[in-house]
Amino acid sequence: MKIAVCIKQVPDTANVKLDPETHTLKREGVESIVNPFDLFALEAALRIKEAAGGEIVAVTMGPPQAETVIKDAIGFGVDEGLLLSDRAFAGADTWATTAVLAKAIEGLGDVDLVICGKQAVDGDTAQVGPGIAQRLGLPHVAFVKGFREIENKRLVVERQMDDGYDVVELPLPALITVVREVGEPRPPSLKGKMRAKKYTVPMQGAADLGLDASQVGLAGSFTQVVKVFAPSHSGERRRLEGSDEQMGAQVIDALVDNQVIMLGS
Amino acid sequence: MGVIIDKELCIGCEQCLDACPFDALEMKGDVPEVGDACTLCGSCADVCPEGAITVPEVERAQDDRAAQAKGVWVYAEVRGGQMPEVVAELLGQGRRLAGQLGVELGAVVLGHGLGGVAGELFALGADVVYAADDPLLADFNDDIYCKVLTRLIAEYKPEVLLAGATSVGRSMIPRVATAVATGLTADCTGLAIDPDKRLLLQTRPAFGGNIMATIVCPTARPQMATVRPRVMKRGERREGFEGRLVTVSLDAEDQAVTKVLEVVQSLEENVNLTGAEVVVTGGRGVGGPEGFKVVAQLAEALGGVVGATRGAVDSEWIGHAHQVGQTGRTVAPKLYIALGVSGAVQHLVGMQGSDTIVAVNNDPNAPIFDVAHYGIVGDLFKVAPAMLSHLKQLRGQG
Repeated sequence: MKIAVCIKQVPDTANVKLDPETHTLKREGVESIVNPFDLFALEAALRIKEAAGGEIVAVTMGPPQAETVIKDAIGFGVDEGLLLSDRAFAGADTWATTAVLAKAIEGLGDVDLVICGKQAVDGDTAQVGPGIAQRLGLPHVAFVKGFREIENKRLVVERQMDDGYDVVELPLPALITVVREVGEPRPPSLKGKMRAKKYTVPMQGAADLGLDASQVGLAGSFTQVVKVFAPSHSGERRRLEGSDEQMGAQVIDALVDNQVIMLGS
Repeated sequence: MGVIIDKELCIGCEQCLDACPFDALEMKGDVPEVGDACTLCGSCADVCPEGAITVPEVERAQDDRAAQAKGVWVYAEVRGGQMPEVVAELLGQGRRLAGQLGVELGAVVLGHGLGGVAGELFALGADVVYAADDPLLADFNDDIYCKVLTRLIAEYKPEVLLAGATSVGRSMIPRVATAVATGLTADCTGLAIDPDKRLLLQTRPAFGGNIMATIVCPTARPQMATVRPRVMKRGERREGFEGRLVTVSLDAEDQAVTKVLEVVQSLEENVNLTGAEVVVTGGRGVGGPEGFKVVAQLAEALGGVVGATRGAVDSEWIGHAHQVGQTGRTVAPKLYIALGVSGAVQHLVGMQGSDTIVAVNNDPNAPIFDVAHYGIVGDLFKVAPAMLSHLKQLRGQG
């Protein structure tokens, strides 16, 4: 089975602090990491390869320094990587992003399964996976949390829903997006790390993919950001005082007074 | 591509660097240089005291869809015969938007055995209901649902389409937007109309809620958005209102490619954190699985659900399904109570949109207190039981 995994480099927000005054991230010196959900996508791909055999290609779109996430993926044990990088790709919305990723996956030839993380933690849209599926004319199942059956021509997956889960059969080729429950990512192997060190990441730009600059990046995007502002953190903030018991009672009184808690009929 | 900085006018004050939400500016000598991350949002130009920054107009392909499109549509999700609450909220907001645009409000419903649903949609505010009732639509399969909705959009050309940011909406709507070739904004918390340009102003949290961005889709139609549940207000019910019902049939060759074998309703497996009005979360401060007892008691007393931090989940004190934060669920309930939660950023981004936040922690410097409306420095094992007993007392149960 040939599996393509889409991954993204994102700022590592887990170790940064909020500016207490502006409530914005203090982003100085923030490291870049593989989007946490994409680690679950990589893990799912590795497990499927273990079950059904085949090869895994990790694909990312980003600036040249995003090649580090491809190297990380190699370290985890994927077979090949591909970096899609071009100044023209900058400022892409999800429509312009899927244009590039779908073209690149098409170029890999005979991909049986595309796996994406459910969303990227910097954009939180969850739109890229289903968008790629539509562009490639593949069926998709989003928010996959587990696998019931893995065969060369079909998968049976568990799809997370708001009120439980569905068991869904999908024929391959297909695309899935995965959530954390598919399995904790394994640590990179020593062998993988050695290989990653020497691995030269192949790179493709718009011209290599046969895409015009007007189809990608900011120019190829339908949506446009017109305003950016700090969220209003409404309401006053107060510290309660007194004994633990007093504070416990006080906060309930305050919540009842402000009709946050209804005492019922 | 990026903003244009006039090096003659620039005084090197660096205010634009702080204002840039995308970290796209970097000082090169005395003047900033624009990097690839620039999205032309204009935040830098707004703060530049010298007017040295101009935002270039992006040339976009001509699109005549804006002139033809008319009407506001809501995708009315039905699952297991039930409409999630967000449908009523979307229809409430849809009515307001349609009123401002002077157009009809349409609701699209796909499923099987939909008797009574159209009447309910009229009562909730729809002028027109497009209903496809077919055994092929009995279960939710993205491919066939997408195909039917895409056909309806091509035929009736709405200018706005809203859907709930539910599991179904977030899976199928991106596919529909791609199929009709238009823009889509995910998980909006604010929607308004720019009356001059007839544009939908779509506001959503970005970077985990650390900044808010307002997004438009200038040329392509419909302008599509998924909307976060429990943000918009439902409208007045119009009992007995009879709108226009358009019955939609499927094509003979339509079929679903994926197949739902089983539907499992299980809140144990999949805690409905995102739909809860009250979330009571335990962090590492609860000390172990036993510590979650008081968390669960308080949640139950308040009719809420139990949340957990990544630390508590990683320590296997409680299941993944309870995790709030960057790799868990994003929640924005009416009331969020954090017990023994220190407030790592990856947790805060998943809950800071909550209406009212109460934090109990024994460390006065815990970052959770920066976002808490009510901060209690104390022992959660004394404070939480006190909250419980006071609540019972007020309810006359104590």
